Formats: sequence, structure tokens, C-alpha cells
Amino acid sequence: MDLNILIGGEAGQGLQTIGVILAHAFTRMGFHVFADQDYESRIRGGHNFFRIRVKDSRALAASEKLDILLALNKESLLLHYKELGLNGVAIVDSIRDPELSSRYKILYMPMEEISLRVTGNKQAKNSAALGALAGLTRIDISIFIRLIKEHFLKEELIDQNIQTLKEGYNFIIDQKEFVDLAIESLPVKSERMLINGNESIAMGALASGCKFLSAYPMTPTTPIIEYISSHSEEFRTVVIQPEDEIAAIHMAIGASYAGVRSMTVTSGGGFSLMVEGLGLAGMTETPVVIVLGQRPGPAIGLPTRTEQGDLLFCIHASHGEFPRAVLAPSSAEDAFWLTIKAFNLADKYQIPVIILSDHYLATSYFTVDKFDLSSVYIDRGLPLIEDELSNPADYKRHRITGSGISPRALPSYSKALVITDADEHDEEGHLTEDARTRTAMVEKRMKKSSSIRKDIALPLIYGPRTARVTLIGWGSTFGPLYEAINILNKQGMSINLLHFNELWPFPSQAVNRLIADVESLFAVESNATGQFASLFEAQTNKKIKGAILKYDGRPFTAQYIINALQRESL
Amino acid sequence: MVSLNDYVGLQPTWCPGCGNYSILTALKKALVDLDIPPHRLVIVSGIGQAGKLPHFMKCNTFNSLHGRAIPVATGIKIANHELNVIAVGGDGDGYGEGGNHWMHAMRRNHDITYMVHNNQIYALTRGQASPTSDKGFITNTTPEGAAYPLFPLSIAIACDATFVARGFAGDIDHLSKLIKLALQHKGFSFIDILQPCVTFNHVNTYDWYKKRIYKLDEDPDYDALNKSMAIIKAHEWGERIPIGVIYKSQRDTFEDSLKALKQSTLVEQKLELSKINKLINAAL
Repeated sequence: MDLNILIGGEAGQGLQTIGVILAHAFTRMGFHVFADQDYESRIRGGHNFFRIRVKDSRALAASEKLDILLALNKESLLLHYKELGLNGVAIVDSIRDPELSSRYKILYMPMEEISLRVTGNKQAKNSAALGALAGLTRIDISIFIRLIKEHFLKEELIDQNIQTLKEGYNFIIDQKEFVDLAIESLPVKSERMLINGNESIAMGALASGCKFLSAYPMTPTTPIIEYISSHSEEFRTVVIQPEDEIAAIHMAIGASYAGVRSMTVTSGGGFSLMVEGLGLAGMTETPVVIVLGQRPGPAIGLPTRTEQGDLLFCIHASHGEFPRAVLAPSSAEDAFWLTIKAFNLADKYQIPVIILSDHYLATSYFTVDKFDLSSVYIDRGLPLIEDELSNPADYKRHRITGSGISPRALPSYSKALVITDADEHDEEGHLTEDARTRTAMVEKRMKKSSSIRKDIALPLIYGPRTARVTLIGWGSTFGPLYEAINILNKQGMSINLLHFNELWPFPSQAVNRLIADVESLFAVESNATGQFASLFEAQTNKKIKGAILKYDGRPFTAQYIINALQRESL
Repeated sequence: MVSLNDYVGLQPTWCPGCGNYSILTALKKALVDLDIPPHRLVIVSGIGQAGKLPHFMKCNTFNSLHGRAIPVATGIKIANHELNVIAVGGDGDGYGEGGNHWMHAMRRNHDITYMVHNNQIYALTRGQASPTSDKGFITNTTPEGAAYPLFPLSIAIACDATFVARGFAGDIDHLSKLIKLALQHKGFSFIDILQPCVTFNHVNTYDWYKKRIYKLDEDPDYDALNKSMAIIKAHEWGERIPIGVIYKSQRDTFEDSLKALKQSTLVEQKLELSKINKLINAAL
């Protein structure tokens, strides 16, 4: 089963609300859902869509073919009718178009009129649309009624929307030209969540005990700030929106120095401003977690679109040399666990850790098995040893140790003074220009890199263990790549996927062992220069044959990858 | 009891006669008078000659980047609001590079003290004009004379800082009293400290200041609670230069308004993982 629905309309028409309710309904029926959003950088007007894929097996990416197109305005119909498959149907509000009607199955449905008749205003027309979708797919409307009750707060609105929903449902059922796209509920094996990348990172941060978030709003990560803010009282977490991203990262560093797990979130433009703070965290060995939700750049670029263009930037950002970790989640589920790992790595090695997300991952919804909280593991790093607590005068914040990690005291927790400096410093933390101390301190900090590398997980090999062609991906492109590998193997092609979600420090030796027998490598990534491909070539002893690159700001689909491979005559 | 001995740090590397020595002495004296032990205090500094100050005493220290002492200091204060937090920097650091942080920290009224060693010159980089250099001040980078200066006290009052003062490095006792008042003030306390630079600023010298400075504390008619009066004094510069508490007001601090800090400091709060179940259930 593979049902694809697109809801199109203009900003302000409530697409996301219908979309999320619909996606939740399918999730509760036991299906796997993937939903992505396409919107413009404006609050009203323009063309936006919310696309939902419903499958009885893992759904991790969108399809290019549609079964149902719900067009809330004529533009959406004109832009998307070509995506309808053979049995596809479009539902539109009473806009007649004889030419299209002769070629496509179009159900005209007076949604505004239904809303007006039932409630006295047009506001509930989206519930009529939901009713139509429920009617077409024969979903038990009690699922929608429950979701409406959870979604709306006011009794009056709940009643109005439920009535309009029922009318919309009946309208479709009564149609002579009724198109039956009935789907049966699946036996629900385990409870699943519907969650997007941003929500998952926010939940992961709260589960990690993050108590301090300082962040300046920027698409696509602003919803993380809003999510944590909405739960800040319950979790006793401070969220502060400072004057700029420079302040955001420095506040997080300050809070972390005082002992609180701290985070900031931004996009490439904000991260550009944060870069000097990144170096400060590196030099003062202060843990901090930075979520970088990529969007196409440079400068403002395409603010509401997606790209993987900041990889080499975030690996190399800052003057000077210091260890850091970069993790790039491949799905919403992965984002939760990698966020927890990010906080642990930051504390364990006293380094900045970057979670490299992107607009596509941040805003796309996935069905995910309930997170098993018993697997959440918290590592706050090297505590102060007894000896140092009993001799506070001897405490040295940057003590040189075998591992390069110095035991961390917190200011005012004992009489041990916590001294650190953006200047090169001695073990105590006082500034120094001594050449030997400088050398020892650089070595101390860089020594941590090799240990971090051991904590970096190996890439995933998906598909046959060995294959004629191997695709290389990283981060959020996992979904479309996974689907492309499934399709191509079914068609008899010998192809597999090498997918990275923990990128830096790059585990070169382990990867070389893993891919010793790989034949032909093709990189697939959302940028113009093949950034991961060049990183991979620099870090391994393999060469990459070609790259499938996409930089139009729109996400990959499996079909896009398959078509591109065909052009390469593979 | 805390004594001056508790605050003995590294030997300062400032030029002999530098105004920073007096500021260091005044600060230590204020801390001892208020019986604040070194481990209950964090000094966050920026970059510049002033930024070196915490190394020359002995306490928790975060010597941060140029212009960034305030955001680091506010992060520390929110994480552990029981700490005494002082941010220190120079005029280039605070009014140039970090000007935006300074204005917004005053607006939000974080409960920290901010001391600016204002010598009207960039001394660490050997003598360039600063945001407070007087108009026409000649330096290597301003051969035609510096542009019109910034009036830090006026900006502080305009941002509704709740404690605005000016001290003079040439009067340690007076400065020390101001620092004590600032530390005791609940809310953002800001002290602009006139600090002669004996090496690079040969105009605004000790003598130059001594001829012009007068103490507002000695004027019985001056009311630091009166904002209009304060604005006039904040802008007074040239023939006569006022020092003392220029402006004072009261409102909730940023930390007061945070519900998360009501029961304990943020750093003492424990992770309650079971609460995540509620978030998970909301996503089902």
C-alpha cells in the first residue's frame, strides 16, 4: 500500500493544520507516514503544500506521484494535477475548469459553502476538506473527531469543526462519481508517534537535561525554541531570546561554564555569527551543543528551502585548531538519539558539538516508534576527584592529563577556583605566552580528537553487503536513498548505500576497513560542490566516481535519484 | 572573614602608573568590605588591558572574547543566580565591539555588575581611537582627529539601566564605594570608570581629570532618582565632569522573572526523565 496526498493552497489557509491532523489519523490507524512541507517565505498568499505519504511499511520520503490532490485554490490544482497517477483524484472548491475536468478526475466540493451553512462562517472549511479526505479513504471519522477535540481548545470551535467534518464526509460519500480509495486500518502493533526533526531534537534536548537554551529565531530551527519554551516551566528550563546569535552562543557558553547543559539553535546565517563563540568553547574547553538547521545560502539564500551546503563550513569554522564533533541525523528518530549523544560528547570531551540538521529534516514528519527512555544514557563527563575537592587550592581547570580531558569543577561548588581564558593559558587557566606551555596545551586539546573519533559510529550499509554500485549519503537524504535502493534492488540492480550520520571527527581507519571491497562509489547530496564527497576522498583511500547533486532548494525523491543514475548509464 | 590576602593574584603586567592598578585595588577593597569570598564570585572579562584584571586577583575567572563578557556573564548568572557576577572590560570592548550586548543587558536588567575601564583609547593594540575618544583626538588611525564620541552614561539611562555610575581611577576610596553600591544593587549595575592611560593618551591625564571632576554625592540637591536630572549630568563633559551615582531606579531583574529559578538555581536542578513520557504521549 502506498497512498500519496498533497494539500495545496496559499499561506494562511491552514494547510499545516489539516496536514498534521491527517498524518496523525493515519499514524493512529497503524500506518507509516512521511509528510513534508513546501512553503514560501511569506505569511499570506503564494503557493504552499503539505504532502503526506501513507504506507504499510517504512515511509521515509515523499513520492512524486499523487493519489489525492486537495487543492484549496485554483493555482494548486494547476500546479499539481500533472502529478496525479492513473486513479488519482483532485478535490477542489467549486472552481470549474472544463478542460481539466475532461482529462482528470476532479471532485468539485463547495467547502466554503458547507462551512458557511453549518457554522455561519467560512473558517471551518478545512474541516470540510478533512471530511472529504476521510470519505475518500473511508477512514472511520471518529479518529478525526478525536483529533479535532485534541487540536481545538474552545468547545464552540470543536462542535463547529466536527459538524463541518461530518458534512464534508457525507458530501463525498453521496457523490455519484465517487472514487473509492478505501484503505483498511492495520492491526496496530505498537504505539507510534508522529514527529518532525525539530520536535525530535527539542525532545532529545529535554531528555538530555538541557536546562538552558539561548537562541535567536531563524528558519528552520525556530520551532525548537518554541517547543522548549512551551515546556520550560514544567522542565524548569530557561529559554532566552537574546539580541543576536553572537550573544546566543556566548550565553550558552557562560551557562555551561557554571555547570548547566546548554544549547543554541540557528541556521547557517546565524551560525556564521556564532563562529567566534565556537572557537571560545574550543579554547576554554566548555561543552556546548549547537543545532545548525541548514538552508540554501549564501547570505539569505532560500530561507524556507533545504540544502546540505554547510558541512565543510561547520567542520572547519573558526580560526585556530581545536576538536569538535559534528552529527547529522538521518531521520526524526535518529535526531532524538543523536541529540542525546551530542550532549554526552560535549560533556565527556568538553567540546562544542554541532547537530547538522536541515530544513527538510526539521520540518518533515515521520512516524516513529515510541522512544524507549530506558535507553537514554547521560554522561556528564569527568567529575572532580576527591583529592582535588579536599585540596581546592591545587585545583587546575586545564590540568594536563593522559586523555587530554581535565576534571571539571563548577564555580562555587567548592573552594576550588574555576579559571579559564580565551587567551592561551596555563593549567590553572591564566593567560600565558610561554612556548612550551602553548605546545603542551595544543597537544592536550587535540589529543581529545582521537578519543572522540572512537565514539563516532560507523556509517550504515543498507542493501546487499556487497554490490556493483555503492551510493554514499549523509544526514537527511537517508529516506529517499533508502527507497531508491529498495526499488533498484527489486529491479535487479546490484546497488547498496553507505550512509553517514556521525560525520566528525571522521572515523577514517574504521571506514577504510568497512569499505575495502567497495567497487564503484557515487555521492548523493544536496549541494553544488559535493562537499561530503571531497571530505570522504580526503579521509579514506577510495575515490568517488560521480556525484548526484541537487541544489534547487527542494528535497530529493527516490525517483529523482533513480533518474539521475539512469542518466549516468548505471 | 575575607581579607585582601584572599584576593592576591598574579603580578600585574600593566604599565607603571596605569589607572588599572587603582581600579584593581578599589575592586578588591569593595569585595573584602562586603565579605564576598573568591569562590562565590565570578569575574568575566573581555579583551584589552582591562580584560586582564581577573588574572591579577584570585577568584573564579572567565576571560572571554573582545566584546563578549556580558553575554557570558549573563549566562553564568542565569545558570547560578546565587553567584556574584562581575563583567569587566574597556571602552573599545564594551562600547564598540560589545555595544549591542551592553544595551540589551541593561534593558533586560540582569543582576550583574559591569565595570568599564574607560581610557578613551585602544591601549592593548598600542594607541588607536576608541568610541569615547574626544572629537579631534589624533591617533595613528585617526590622523584627522577622532569622530564625535559616544556618551555611555546617557545610553545607559536611555536603556533604563537600574544603576548608572561614573568613577575615577584617581580616587580609589570613592571608586571603591561606588563598586560596593553597584555590587549591593539588585539589577544591572553599570560603572563607567575614567582611567588615565599614561602611555597612549597624553590628553586625558590624571591632571586633566582632576581639574574637571566633581562629586555628585557632595551636591545635596542632586537626586539620582530623577531621570531628567540624570540625563543632563550624563551628558556633561568638557569643563566639568561629574562622578558618583548618576541614576538609580528599581524594577524586576531578568532572573526574578524566570519561573525556572523560583525553587533553586538552574545548576542544582535534576533531570526528571519520566516527564518526557508526557511529551511522547502528546505526539502519539
